[in-house]
Amino acid sequence: MELGTQLLQYLLSGLSTGAIYALIGIGFSIIYNATGIINFAQGEFVMLGGMLTLFLLSVLQLPLWIAIPLAVLLAALVGLLFERLAIRPLRKASPISLVIITIGGAILIRGLAMLIWGKDTHSLPSFTGDEPIMLAGATLLPQHLWIFGITVVLIGLNKWFFSHTISGKAMRACSYNPRAAGLVGIDVRRMVLLSFVISAAMGALAGIIVAPLTMTAYDVGIMLGLKGFCAAIIGGMSSGLSTVIGGLVLGVLESLGAGLISSGYKDAIAFVILLLILFLRPQGLFGKPESERV
Amino acid sequence: MLTRIMTVLMLSATLLLSASFALAADTIKIGGLFSVTGPPAFLGEPERNTAKMVVDGINKSGGIKGQKLELIVYDTAGDATKAVQMATKLIRDDKVVAIIGPSTTGETMAVIPVVEKARIPLISCAAGSKITDPVKRYVFKTAQNDALAVERIYDYLKRQRQNRVALLTVSDGFGASGREQLKALAPRFGMQIVVDDTYGPKDTDMTSQLTKIRASQAQVLIVWGTNPGPAVIAKNARQLGLKLPLYMSHGVSSKKFIALAGDAAEGVRLPSGKVIVADALSKKDPQKASLLAFVKDYQNHYKQEGDHFGGHAWDAVMLLKAAIERGATTAESIRDGLENTRNFHGIGGTFTYSAGDHAGLNKEAFVMVEIKNRDWSLAK
Repeated sequence: MELGTQLLQYLLSGLSTGAIYALIGIGFSIIYNATGIINFAQGEFVMLGGMLTLFLLSVLQLPLWIAIPLAVLLAALVGLLFERLAIRPLRKASPISLVIITIGGAILIRGLAMLIWGKDTHSLPSFTGDEPIMLAGATLLPQHLWIFGITVVLIGLNKWFFSHTISGKAMRACSYNPRAAGLVGIDVRRMVLLSFVISAAMGALAGIIVAPLTMTAYDVGIMLGLKGFCAAIIGGMSSGLSTVIGGLVLGVLESLGAGLISSGYKDAIAFVILLLILFLRPQGLFGKPESERV
Repeated sequence: MLTRIMTVLMLSATLLLSASFALAADTIKIGGLFSVTGPPAFLGEPERNTAKMVVDGINKSGGIKGQKLELIVYDTAGDATKAVQMATKLIRDDKVVAIIGPSTTGETMAVIPVVEKARIPLISCAAGSKITDPVKRYVFKTAQNDALAVERIYDYLKRQRQNRVALLTVSDGFGASGREQLKALAPRFGMQIVVDDTYGPKDTDMTSQLTKIRASQAQVLIVWGTNPGPAVIAKNARQLGLKLPLYMSHGVSSKKFIALAGDAAEGVRLPSGKVIVADALSKKDPQKASLLAFVKDYQNHYKQEGDHFGGHAWDAVMLLKAAIERGATTAESIRDGLENTRNFHGIGGTFTYSAGDHAGLNKEAFVMVEIKNRDWSLAK
């Protein structure tokens, strides 16, 4: 097979992985913008999405189209409880202690998932069949189209929410200046709660749409969470398009690296980029220094 | 009235005591070290279950030459330190004459100095070739070496007249050992390795590696790993429309792999112990009787299919039994008896131990199986 087709295949694989990174990354930045903390439990919501769907499908025997929204709702509920029980009681704490609490929360959620569902890897049925689609010599699965489609819709919804709804605008106001936002009558604590709920739901959905391809287990959240964090850093912690591009860039570089150089460096690529960005452009690839980010 | 009841109780207690004494004098104590909990529980649990089942079976049919077996099992939780403590306990407090287990290579390596010093024979259920290479005087093993699986695949490929192979191995202990053997044995079978790539145990997309392999001159792809990686690879290969025949290791020879990979598992070939295809084996296979007995027995006792791991413990108990039947009574004579095992048709293969070989198996221990209609079948 000639190099062109090979490159196209690398690109397609990379974009689909990148889309997932982007969704997880946006979850990171929504919470960061509302609270100023990095929520390292974000990856666990991704795991919860996949595992809850599996649980609803296999144990409760629900059809896929009911199991998916229900799993997203349940994960959002976990996000809500997490904020109420672990973050809110400590609002006076410094961001660093809150970040450490999110790490603790991540370990707790992972441990519970392991106790409840065991350590086995499970696979989720794909939404619409497994017949590969040919595209100029490269191949895609219908599930990849679902990933691209759902990612685009979610990012669109996200954009609309933050620019055109009262709650979205209020959340943006909180991220600019929580004190001023409080003074004009915005319930800042509710906005923080909302940010956790939205992030948990987005993470869970990312976990669900990717599970038919990559399978799921109690511990998939760690790596996916770190990659999503990396995407958010490349995008300068914005909850908009630049994090999406960050995720896609990361996915494509990983795939090209594994294909053209060596797969041994796949994870290293992500973390080298992370370090380079933090050293050279801490405001993100596209951000202007010292600008406010939403 | 009360005194009478007391007297009866006392009497019966004394009777019971003396009875158990009489029994104890005639029992042969063997120890079991299995990781029933912890990460290797998937090994230790079927091993313990099987060992108990086999020992109970032997005792029910009158023991060995009238002597009952007593199996004392401790859980090592996959922890080498615990395995050493429990081995010491078995030897010092329980005074066993032989030990079966541990379940993993790491634990076995830790226990070896203890049994060598105490001169107690150990039959390990772990697969690592370093357990019996170099040979230790008191250490035997029942699980098949990785090298035998590699020989099986290469032998099969040679008969298919295919010699250009691509390797895709997982970057953990299992994959590294497989990769080493695949490379070391390639020249002997005239195999030419045209791609040698790896993937991480937690990787979720291997299309990049497979795209590279598709562009190469390889005729077959050999994947060496344990679940879930190989299932992802099978799915990715199907997505890419990869035409290469897919070969995997014995590491995925469980129904779990078929469940994970689904339709993508169709046509995958792998070397496997014979348990999973016991029914399909030819009548001439000398292991068939043992295999069917084990599978049926396990099904009756535990309502599950017996697997390879349970088979390792089955072999260990039966090898001990055979050695004792041939007249061994002490630890030292059991060791000698084990070493004199010739053509013992067990679950893992046909064992022939000697002074220079305490692993006892050859590549006939594996058969090539092919996945058809979500089930195992013998590859032609």
